Amino acid sequence: MDKSKSTAAVPWYQSRDFWLKFLASSWTYLFLIAIVIFFSLTGRGFFTIRNFSNILVASTLVMMMAVGQTYVIITSGIDLSIAFTVGLASVICATVMRDLALAGTAIEVAIAAGVLSGMLVAIIPGLVNGYLVAWVKVPPFIATLGMYGIVRGASFLLTDGQQVVGGLPVALRDSLSSIGNGSLLYSIPEIGLVFFSRPADLTPLQLRGTDLLLPYPVLIAAIVVLVFGFILGRTQFGRHTYVIGGNEDAAIRAGINVKRHLLIIYCISAFTASIAGILHVFRFTGGSPLAGEQALLSSVAAVVIGGTNLFGGEGRLSGTVVGALIIATLTTGLVILNIDALWQFIIVGVIIIVAVLVGRVQQSLERRQLT
Amino acid sequence: MSDSPILKVRGVSKFFGGLTALNNVDFWVNAGEVVALLGDNGAGKSTLIKCISGVYRPDHGQITFNGHDITGQAPMAIRSLGIETIYQDLALAENLDVGANVFLGKEKKKRLLGLIPVTDDDYMRAEAAKALQKLDIHIPSLRQKLVNLSGGQRQAVAIARAIYWNARLIIMDEPTAALGVPEQRKVLEVIRTLRDQGIPIILISHTMQDVMDVADRMVVMLRGRVAANVPRAEATVDLLVKHIIGAGEMS
Ligand SMILES: Nc1ncnc2c1ncn2[C@@H]1O[C@H](COP(=O)(O)OP(=O)(O)O)[C@@H](O)[C@H]1O
Ligand SMILES: [Mg+2]
Repeated sequence: MDKSKSTAAVPWYQSRDFWLKFLASSWTYLFLIAIVIFFSLTGRGFFTIRNFSNILVASTLVMMMAVGQTYVIITSGIDLSIAFTVGLASVICATVMRDLALAGTAIEVAIAAGVLSGMLVAIIPGLVNGYLVAWVKVPPFIATLGMYGIVRGASFLLTDGQQVVGGLPVALRDSLSSIGNGSLLYSIPEIGLVFFSRPADLTPLQLRGTDLLLPYPVLIAAIVVLVFGFILGRTQFGRHTYVIGGNEDAAIRAGINVKRHLLIIYCISAFTASIAGILHVFRFTGGSPLAGEQALLSSVAAVVIGGTNLFGGEGRLSGTVVGALIIATLTTGLVILNIDALWQFIIVGVIIIVAVLVGRVQQSLERRQLT
Repeated sequence: MSDSPILKVRGVSKFFGGLTALNNVDFWVNAGEVVALLGDNGAGKSTLIKCISGVYRPDHGQITFNGHDITGQAPMAIRSLGIETIYQDLALAENLDVGANVFLGKEKKKRLLGLIPVTDDDYMRAEAAKALQKLDIHIPSLRQKLVNLSGGQRQAVAIARAIYWNARLIIMDEPTAALGVPEQRKVLEVIRTLRDQGIPIILISHTMQDVMDVADRMVVMLRGRVAANVPRAEATVDLLVKHIIGAGEMS
């Protein structure tokens, strides 16, 4: 009697734990699918290639900021300064491009120089953050809050207090837009699939019906995600990132150069933020010190929703990607349903709390499985 | 003195401001020997092992290991000579699995497509499993994060890491202090296994029974000095306690 009871009980609990574990580890994916289905059923024009393409393009800003933020949070840090590193990169990038183009430099050269200088200048706050955190032992929240103010001020000084860097020559703007609002692959009515760029002689009807199947900003973001996801998940550098987040003391005693590692981590954060800033220049053919301001909290939210532990040592970039997609889908979906965008903050807030709770359940499930 | 000390500490003193933490200490470990280091709180045990492992630089005296003068060398240099110290906090990354911890900071790499260096996790797990097997330790799943393992299992992982990297002297600071009784037994078994493999050990412990069980020799410290040096054959709990509380001179 006793025996049959226990043998019957084991598969039952096992399967319940299996489903709980499955839910805990993949609820973000399921949630993303659920809101996509919900908005598709309720929102007119949501379930279209054009809309999905728009959501993906819109997600790149938060996504790029969240990639670096994931690294920083895994080391149990936080980077607030990227709120304005994005803007700094966009301002530098747009200004350099504009001034070179106006001075008669070839457009391609002006664009390349703008992109490079945007990236290089944006690394500076990363270096300062890393130095303050690793060497001076300033808590990351404080160090990057300081840089938040400094970078903001510096960006506005560079634009003479203006919120936008405009005045780019038309030829330059066209080139930027052909990438920022372009696609590797188009689907055009009556023509079909076209690679690289839109034909020049489209009818208004064809223009309106054109879908961007592989928008360049999404491709660029995908490459950044893949490269940094690979580094985090497969390389020694990634492993050391987890070690530092798990036990910094152990990392030091194991001979890991923790200071140098943290310096690089904060530079990665600045770098991916600079990609966001440069994408902004291509999409909107100008720069703005405020380009990333609104996305800071969303980037942290994406990381946390994606399952990264705010205390460090745990997290994956794939989770962050899903987190960023959830936020972008919500934003667009609520607009289409004509619901006040403020609801987005409430919903995201709730998911963040759920994410933290699910993380805890997951930990206790892992522990229970052993006994 | 002794036949073949591999570690010799001669006349070592260490001061913290006006406080004398170590006062002209002589100490040695022979090949294959388990030496217990005893003494009341503040007697200087931890300071002595930190001088040996390079955390502190002695103010006087000399420390040699296998004939090399290691006095005042950096911790990493001393570790690379084969002196592994397992502190109470173990210095493990509890968010990672056994393989990652045995190879902490020295990750085994392979080349992806013959080109890109990536961590070879399967190799590290397999090697960690072998190291644990040598210690006769069983861990339910090698993919488990350490945070899900018991205290004794974690201690075993720390020891496995030390021997995997060819430790030639293992120093343990109160390895059983935070453990339940069955776990303590397991760690003592591991220490015996290590001794049978000829690896010398310095064991700091407050538990008399542990010490009587595994040590070949007991060194008692008192207020920064070595108060007694007792071979296992002559040791009794009474005698050791007398030395620890400073009543040993009377007997
Ligand atoms: N870093 C330090 N700074 C100042 N005093 C210390 C330091 N480390 C140890 N001491 C002092 O040295 C003495 C010996 O300490 P310790 O070696 O930790 O003793 P034990 O490990 O035997 O309990 C104690 O009085 C302690 O307070
Ligand atoms: Mg101590």
